[in-house]
Amino acid sequence: MSMRSPLGQARGSGSTDHGVQHWLAERFGAIALVPLGLWFVYSMLGLIGADYNAYQEWQSQPGNLILTILFLLALFHHAHMGLTVVLEDYVQPEWLKNTSVLVLKYTAFFLCTACILSALRVTFTA
Amino acid sequence: MSSAKRPLSPHLLIYKHQATSSFSILHRICGVAMTFGTILFAYWFTSAAYGPEAFETAQSIMGSWFGLLVLFGFTFSFFFHLATGIRYICWDMVLGFDMEVATRNAAVITLFALSMTALTWYVGCSRMGDL
Repeated sequence: MSMRSPLGQARGSGSTDHGVQHWLAERFGAIALVPLGLWFVYSMLGLIGADYNAYQEWQSQPGNLILTILFLLALFHHAHMGLTVVLEDYVQPEWLKNTSVLVLKYTAFFLCTACILSALRVTFTA
Repeated sequence: MSSAKRPLSPHLLIYKHQATSSFSILHRICGVAMTFGTILFAYWFTSAAYGPEAFETAQSIMGSWFGLLVLFGFTFSFFFHLATGIRYICWDMVLGFDMEVATRNAAVITLFALSMTALTWYVGCSRMGDL
């Protein structure tokens, strides 16, 4: 039984003042993904059954390349943010929670970098 | 930490299902599902960097029953998550908080997600028919 008051116990283990930034960043990505996601679905419909040459032709158009990179950044940023919150909400114990959040962060960065480099490579080997 | 027997707050499972709470959890489920789908997407996307053969293999995996199933789930999740997400942003701006409005919006969201999924796959299937 602790002799500390409830207020004393709560102090220092509550808000870290990072919540607002996380909350806002998640929404910045979300808003960007509305037009970018719709554009991507539309583009993918155009690429159904495409062979490599058709895909390369699509990818290497400057507008498509720019939008693809922006889409990838917004997608992985938002997926990372969203899944972090889900992990923080449901994963116990603490060490597993922190580990899974870290693994998620590395995975998101890895996949995002790989996808962007892939888009660039396809474009510049055209 | 003392673990005295304190009364628990009403637990999730005893609540009646409501449009607002069900859509909240569905929003999350769709988001998490899309994150897993993104792994397959990343495979498809990066395959192109390895050249035509790797890309054709990835294309055929996407066109297999497994790939199509993932893509179908992706399509519905995308439109559902999009619609509920826009509603969350409206709620952040204190718009549409009334229970009546929120319940009505849930019907609109369902209709939107289903019809956009159907439209996307109609266009997709008719394109596949062309080829």
